[in-house]
Amino acid sequence: MDIRKIKKLIELVEESGINELEISEGEESVRISRGGSVVAAAPVMQAAPVAAVAPAAPIQTAPAAEAAPALTGHIVRSPMVGTFYASASPDAPAFVEVGQHVNAGDTLCIVEAMKMMNQIEADKSGVIKEILAQNEDAIEFDQPLFIIE
Amino acid sequence: MLDKVVIANRGEIALRILRACKELGIKTVAVHSTADKNLKHVLLADETICIGKASALDSYLNAPAIITAAEVTNAVAIHPGYGFLAENADFAEQVEKSGFAFIGPKAESIRIMGDKVAAIQAMKSAGVPCVPGSDGPLTDDEEINKAHAKRIGYPVIVKAAGGGGGRGMRVVRNEEELIDSIALTKREAGTIFKNDMVYMEKFLENPRHVEIQIIADGQGGAIHLGERDCSMQRRHQKVVEEAPAPGITPEMRAKIGERCCNACIEINYRGAGTFEFLYENGEFYFIEMNTRIQVEHPVTEMITGVDLIKEQLRVAAGQPLSYTQEDIKIAGHSIECRINAEDPRTFIPSPGKITRFHPPGGMGVRWDSHIYADYSVPPHYDSMIGKLITYGDNRDVAIARMRNALSELVIDGIKTNITLHQDILNDQGFVNGGANIHYLETKLAETE
Repeated sequence: MDIRKIKKLIELVEESGINELEISEGEESVRISRGGSVVAAAPVMQAAPVAAVAPAAPIQTAPAAEAAPALTGHIVRSPMVGTFYASASPDAPAFVEVGQHVNAGDTLCIVEAMKMMNQIEADKSGVIKEILAQNEDAIEFDQPLFIIE
Repeated sequence: MLDKVVIANRGEIALRILRACKELGIKTVAVHSTADKNLKHVLLADETICIGKASALDSYLNAPAIITAAEVTNAVAIHPGYGFLAENADFAEQVEKSGFAFIGPKAESIRIMGDKVAAIQAMKSAGVPCVPGSDGPLTDDEEINKAHAKRIGYPVIVKAAGGGGGRGMRVVRNEEELIDSIALTKREAGTIFKNDMVYMEKFLENPRHVEIQIIADGQGGAIHLGERDCSMQRRHQKVVEEAPAPGITPEMRAKIGERCCNACIEINYRGAGTFEFLYENGEFYFIEMNTRIQVEHPVTEMITGVDLIKEQLRVAAGQPLSYTQEDIKIAGHSIECRINAEDPRTFIPSPGKITRFHPPGGMGVRWDSHIYADYSVPPHYDSMIGKLITYGDNRDVAIARMRNALSELVIDGIKTNITLHQDILNDQGFVNGGANIHYLETKLAETE
């Protein structure tokens, strides 16, 4: 039984209302059931699962990974790739702290790219609920940096 | 060897580069757009950085974002792949100025070869045969232009100096059309390439596209790895490529190869490169040089056994070439089919989710692709989703293996040009070998 035949059988099951279909040809047999994978009773045909590549967990340079818990509130995302700085200079105090009220346009942090310091501004007024990056973190495009409520 | 490399590309070539890096123990940084988070090489890379929105301008053409990504990951080099910024001299220059190695030639080489008029002049002085032409840019002097065309002999082709890859060119068959055609091509060139310089060449009616692969280490070493025949084209886009080119003898190969190597030494070339020729009646005519790794590099790898990407990385790391010319032996025959997500007849792109995927296999079958079942082909980039390559002791075996492989390849959920390739591989004109660059389009027009 070749793969094209099995493909046709699968289409048959899908198009009809059949729940389960078993066909034997000589010593080979195939059973197809809805919601399950194609199973071959004979050793000739192995189950060919629709193989999704099992991805290795990407080790991102920044802590905010996609597996992170869903962020609620207004998220300020980085508009560029770069290095996150919490303050204007190493000795200066941080631009903002958690709990601090900010107005739209206030500088929240700096993202440095190619030796240029880019000030990232709040795009809405509110209170800083969370700071999601740490000083000197590598930041990617669209990475969540702050939550403002 | 390089410690860490930023792969500034996507799709199959990014995966190809990642594999070569892993073999050499080089750490990999995959930069990608928001639309490409699930690219296979992104899922496999050591580090990933999202560099911008889906559109190429915001991401893969975003030089500052790419260079910054190299900065924040402490990478030492950037591999541009092909397309995107691979032949952007300014980018190469910026990369090196920022302290990173650009895996490719120096910015100056890219600049010279990117200017088609300058490239031809450089090749001429290096002894590489060129198409009879205006030998320089055309002025507005109508009499001189007519004289050029008369000397070259109609039909002629007017080409944009800043063009290339089939863009910005116009064929002129008689003197009545010449002046207007030049004006039109200049205007188009000014709009598309921001450079209205044009030149003129003899138009070859039935040439084949034969190109020579070279690699140089920038330290006096330059070798060629034989030729590829890329005559199966549609609208100047290659569809099927093969190596070696049917009908080319070892003597011809050695002669043209040596000229190309000499040219590399003369212009101080570094890295992988391809000299493209039109081949007609036993003569080679230089048209342009591509200063990057090319899509069809695998067929050369199959017949020589040389891993071109690894060699690129070694050269970028400052090592001399791993091979001398005598080490390069051409054996067997290889064919590559570019698999595109498009309608096989209308060629309209067909992005979308791949619902079922099964790659071919077996002896002499190579599948270079990033796709997998459940992967969604995004609409923002070009439609090539994989390269199917076969190799055999001779051309017949390579063809037989390709036919089999094409029949095994399953990509459901989107349209692909698999059936077009099956058509070509069963076409007598292709099977005979030596078809010219108009063959495929003529064949497609006939079947409409």
